[in-house]
Amino acid sequence: MTQPTVSTAAGPRRFQLPSLSTLGPLIALLIALIVFSVQSPRFFSGTNFSLILQQISYTAVLAIGQTLIILIAGIDLSIGIVMALGGLVMAKLATENGVPAVLAILGGFLTTMVFGFLNAQIITRLRVPPFIATLGMLGIVTALNQTYSGSQTINNLPPLLTALGNTFKIGSTAITYGTVVMLLLYLIAWFVLSETAPGRHLYAVGNNPEAARLSGIPIDRLTVIVYTTAGLIYGIAALLLVARTGVGDPNAGQTDNLDSITAVVLGGTSLFGGRGNVMGTLLGAVIVGVFRNGLQLIGIPSVFQSLITGILIIAAVALDQISRRKA
Amino acid sequence: MTATQNPSAPAPRPAAPFVMEARNLVKKYGSVIAMNGADFELRPGEIMAVIGDNGAGKSSLIKALSGATIPDSGEIFLDGQPISFKSPIDARKNGIETVYQDLAVAPAMTIAENLFLGREILKPGPLGRLFRLLDKKKMHDEAVRHMQGLQFAIKSMKQPVETLSGGQRQGVAVARSAAFARHVVIMDEPTAALGVREGNMVLDLIRQVRDSGLPVILISHNMPHVFEVADRIHVHRMGKRAALLNPKVISMADTVSVMTGALRPDELSPDMLAH
Repeated sequence: MTQPTVSTAAGPRRFQLPSLSTLGPLIALLIALIVFSVQSPRFFSGTNFSLILQQISYTAVLAIGQTLIILIAGIDLSIGIVMALGGLVMAKLATENGVPAVLAILGGFLTTMVFGFLNAQIITRLRVPPFIATLGMLGIVTALNQTYSGSQTINNLPPLLTALGNTFKIGSTAITYGTVVMLLLYLIAWFVLSETAPGRHLYAVGNNPEAARLSGIPIDRLTVIVYTTAGLIYGIAALLLVARTGVGDPNAGQTDNLDSITAVVLGGTSLFGGRGNVMGTLLGAVIVGVFRNGLQLIGIPSVFQSLITGILIIAAVALDQISRRKA
Repeated sequence: MTATQNPSAPAPRPAAPFVMEARNLVKKYGSVIAMNGADFELRPGEIMAVIGDNGAGKSSLIKALSGATIPDSGEIFLDGQPISFKSPIDARKNGIETVYQDLAVAPAMTIAENLFLGREILKPGPLGRLFRLLDKKKMHDEAVRHMQGLQFAIKSMKQPVETLSGGQRQGVAVARSAAFARHVVIMDEPTAALGVREGNMVLDLIRQVRDSGLPVILISHNMPHVFEVADRIHVHRMGKRAALLNPKVISMADTVSVMTGALRPDELSPDMLAH
C-alpha cells in the first residue's frame, strides 16, 4: 500500500494565499481610518461612524443580494434600478393609491421579487448570460421608473415608510433602525451561507457547476431561488432608501449597480463565483463608506472620491488574481 | 436527498450472478450507430476493465450504464432486476456511483463538503428538515471515517480540495463514490489526468474499493493500469462487445490487437478468454 506522504508539501503555502484578497482591503481600511482621524477632528466619533453606517445602509443591503448572485457566478446590473422601482411602488401605493402603509411596503417587496424572478427566468429558460439579461433589465426598468412616476418624486409619505430612518441612542450616539436591519440581514445571510445545505450549494454551483449538477443539485431551481431572494433583499433596501431620503425617487439607485459590485469585490468575493463570503461584502461596503465620508471631511472634491474607489476596486481584483495565479 | 441513509453498508449480495448486466443495447444518432447490440456483464466483487479504440462506442456503453444516455433498445439489469435510468442522478439513487476523469470536485470547498455534496447530513428534527441546517460535526466525523477506510493520509477534512494534489483529489472522488455506492462504482479514466505515482495511488484505491465488496467498472486507455488491476477485460469494438479477456493469460500486445481488430477473438487460445 503506497501511503501518500509528501504530496501535501505545497498545501499549507497555497492555503494561506486566498486570505490576501481580504487582508488587503482590511489594511486599506485601517490606513484610511488612521489618516482620516489625523486629518479631521470630526472623523473619529461615534456620531460620524453611525452616519457612515447610515449612508451605506441601502447599498450594503443591496450588496447582500449581489453577493448571493455573484457566488453562483452570476451578476445583477439591474440591482439599483429595481430598488428604485420598489421604492416608487411603496411611495405611490401609500400616497396616490391610498393603500395602507404596510400593504404598500409589501407591494414594493413583491415588485422587486418579481423582477428578480424575471431575471432568473431569462437566465435559466432563455439561457441569456446574467450580464446581458440584467443589462437588458436595467434598460427596461429605467424606462418603467420614469413612466410609472411621470419623472416626478413622490412626497408626503406616511410615517411607517420612513420609520427605519428613526433613531435610538446608545450612549450619546444616535443609531437608525435601518442600520440595525442592515446588520441583522448580514448575520442572517452569513448564517444561511455557512450553516445550511442550500448555502453550501451556492458555493458548489459557482465553484464547479458540472460537479454540482452531477451531485444532484438542481442548478436552475437554485438560480431562481437566489435571484428571487435577492429581489426580496432589494425590496428591503428600497425601504431603507425611502426611509433615508423621505421620498419616492425615480432617479435613485443609478450608482448602486456598480457600488454593490464594488462592495462585493472589495470584500474578497470572486467575480467568477464560488469563493468569498458575505461578511467580506460588509467590509467592502464599509470601506467605500469610510473613504467617501473621510475624503469629504478633509475637503477633497467628489471627483477624487470616485477616483479612489476606482483604484481600490482594481487593486482588490488584482490581488485576487495574483493569489489565484499562485494557487 | 437522503441524508439519513447509512452510506457504508452495501446491500446484501443477491443471488443473481451479475450485479449489472446489459443485453443487446442499441443507440443511434441519426445514421451514426453508437451501440450496435452491445452486451455487458459485471460480477460481484470484480474489477471489469472496459477498453476500446476511439469511436468504438465504449463511452456510449458507459453512458447507458451510468444513466447519462438512454439507449434506443436493449435491457439493463441491476441485481437481476430490469431497470432503466432517466439520468445520472437516477442511476446514483439506484446505488451506482461514477467517478469522472476531469476530477468533478468543487476545488474551493473542503474535503468533507465535497464528500457530502448534494447529500449533506442535516441536523435532526425541524432544524434540519425545515431550515436545512447542516450537522457539520457529523459530516466531519463521517468524512474522517470514510477517508480512513481508504487508507488515504490527509491531515484535515477542513482543507479545501484545491490544496490537494491531483491524485488526492481523485482520492476524494473515489472515497465519495465508495461511501455512497451500494451496487457499482464506475470509474471513467480515473488516472488519465494524473502522474505516474499519483496514478498508482488511485489504482490502490480502486483495489480497496473492490476488496470492500463493491464491483468496479474501470474505463481506461492505459493498458499497464488495466493489466495491473483488472480481473476481466471487456473489449469494445464497433459498437459491441468483441471479447471478454483474461488479463492473467493474454498479453498486452494481443489485447491491443483484439481491440484494433488485427486479431479476431476466435483466433485466441481459449484460456485467453475470460468466462
